[in-house]
Amino acid sequence: MSWKDYIKQQMFPLFTCSGCTHGTVTNAFARVADELKLDKNKTVIVCAIGCAGRIPTFLDFPVLRVTHGRALAFATGIKLSRPDVKVIALMGDGDALAIGGNHFIHAARRNIDMTAIVSRNEIYGMTGGQYAPTTPAGARATTAPYGMLEPAFDTCKVAEAAGATYVARSDAYHVQHLQRTLKAALQHKGFAVVEVLTSCPTQFGRRNNLADPAKMLERIKEMTVTKAQAEKMTPEELAGKFVIGEFVNTSRPELTEIYAQAFAGMGV
Amino acid sequence: MSRRELIQGNEACARGALKAGVRFVAGYPITPSTDVVEFLAQELPKVGGRFIQMEDEIASMGAILGASVMGVKAMTVTSGPGFDLMQENIAFGAMAQLPCVVVNVQRSGPSTGGATLPGQGDLIQAKYGTSGDSPRIVLYPNSVEEIYRITVKAFNYAEQYMTPVILLMDEIIGHMREDVDLEAIDVGEIVERRRTDIPPSEYRPYEADETGIPILMPFGSGYRYVVQGMHHDIYGMPNTSPQNVQATIYQINSKIDRHKEKIWLWEENQTEDADILLVAVGCVSRSALEVVGQARKKGIKVGLFRPITIWPFPEEPLARALARVKTVIVPEMNWGQLIHIVKEVKPDSVTAVPINKYDGTLIMPEEILKVVEEVK
Amino acid sequence: MGRSFNIEINTKWCKNCGICLAFCPQKVFTWDEKQRIVISYPEKCTGCLLCEYRCPDLAIEVRKVEEESHE
Repeated sequence: MSWKDYIKQQMFPLFTCSGCTHGTVTNAFARVADELKLDKNKTVIVCAIGCAGRIPTFLDFPVLRVTHGRALAFATGIKLSRPDVKVIALMGDGDALAIGGNHFIHAARRNIDMTAIVSRNEIYGMTGGQYAPTTPAGARATTAPYGMLEPAFDTCKVAEAAGATYVARSDAYHVQHLQRTLKAALQHKGFAVVEVLTSCPTQFGRRNNLADPAKMLERIKEMTVTKAQAEKMTPEELAGKFVIGEFVNTSRPELTEIYAQAFAGMGV
Repeated sequence: MSRRELIQGNEACARGALKAGVRFVAGYPITPSTDVVEFLAQELPKVGGRFIQMEDEIASMGAILGASVMGVKAMTVTSGPGFDLMQENIAFGAMAQLPCVVVNVQRSGPSTGGATLPGQGDLIQAKYGTSGDSPRIVLYPNSVEEIYRITVKAFNYAEQYMTPVILLMDEIIGHMREDVDLEAIDVGEIVERRRTDIPPSEYRPYEADETGIPILMPFGSGYRYVVQGMHHDIYGMPNTSPQNVQATIYQINSKIDRHKEKIWLWEENQTEDADILLVAVGCVSRSALEVVGQARKKGIKVGLFRPITIWPFPEEPLARALARVKTVIVPEMNWGQLIHIVKEVKPDSVTAVPINKYDGTLIMPEEILKVVEEVK
Repeated sequence: MGRSFNIEINTKWCKNCGICLAFCPQKVFTWDEKQRIVISYPEKCTGCLLCEYRCPDLAIEVRKVEEESHE
């Protein structure tokens, strides 16, 4: 087995635009899946709508690709009805945090055993460049022609506050860090969230003087700092920066186990 | 030995679901349906099943389809405003061809309307509430005993035809108690999902066989494919070519059309010699049945046609019953929904008379009898 | 002196985004006149694998050159 056995090679190339680093998340995911030797027949991938929601159909797993934002709701039904199956939700930021925000919060609260990977490209790519709940203030989008007027979500803080027991952030530039983070998340028992900063040169870049894929990735390199670096920085210096690393890695009873314990000895 | 009990319609629904083999239920509290999930929250663990109260009805509908893709019999329960929210994922279930049962104990609408007041305003929404064209099987029993049997039937149809099935009830039949022995009721065969021996390498999940219905192997059983709501090919992969889209939409809709005669359920009372036909469903059909007897005592030949399958509507049986009458009266607790279907079926020679009541109370027999006497 | 690493670009998958070129620490890649990625200096490759891991199209493979002992 190699990482290539975890993708549908016959479907490639990916449908994505040149330089879309959602694909880099796919790249890292396939390698980590291979490293962990995930059982393709006992793992279910759940995804939904948008660019990040479509890419997982290129993975060689059973894939349930659902309505916009609802990946974690469907995933909850999968995991609770078949706790022996590993469940992984691959989502975009609009998918997970705007239309799917309620499901995201409650999946975290329940600490149901699954991995939620959120690719944050800060824009709605598939629909043509509208602003997302992650679009940075001032950035231009088709629906923010005067610049983004709303503040952006901090995905990791939301996940932590809601009760996720593994929360980390990585990005498409620091790819070794990304692989390590995905590996840790996939091995975690409980609700694990990984936010991955990705770049959309076509829809975000083009409207923000960053149409070049390499410049977009350079931006991610510049705006990310490690936890150690962040500790030495002032709040002013940290403005606009994203800290990468693990924020939560704790153990708390997991939902399907709580169910199993509560009903042990009952019926079949 | 008879073990008759005084049982509520909602409990009969829950017990029918258990009889059918439900093992996953997700729901969100909403009056007047909540008794169903309360009962199942209590009973499901005892049979190895799982209940979860989700964050909303969208999530409840999603969760049961997640269970369905794993091959587990699944159900959710709601009422009007919750049914609105479920439409998005009901369409997903129809498009992806995932079986499940959605119970809607109708209340007075629109919007919040009256939580404890009965209504029949969701007959059309149950079929046409979603975007695009997709099939729907909708059943509507009218007694506690029948709720039990028809709930089993709903699961059977879902698994057999690979589609969401809507079980309509209303506040009156949901909260009505009747003296029944559920254990003694013959529910017939319990249908399980079809399986195939085709090896995974040759498996084409969305290729319908001679029945027009695909065989979807549960996820986790060694078959890896994509289940999605986007237009997809026989492998489940995105495909928006006109030829493929046409074939897919034809397949999901025609699979119900071609089997409609096996799906139709209806009941007729004294329609053979009737001059006036009543067409009524759910709680109102109980008033209508009363009117048949009362009218005949007065020498007016009234019959009742009661569709139990609302969609696909039993058009031909109704057409046969209508062929013999002069007038059809359609009493319903809404602005006029069932009457549209009746008008489509009826010959020009038959006059259709609506009785619409939308004040959140039952249409009483005397209200129908008054109209019968006016038109006789 | 032989090469230590073989770099292959799957041209059917590559979309010539230039991320490999921009971030290669050894400047192994260059553009050709049609703005396509070319492996111009494979001998400089140190096998860090960053291009392979970063490639959004999963199109790059870097392999250590095996000792060709049987020749």
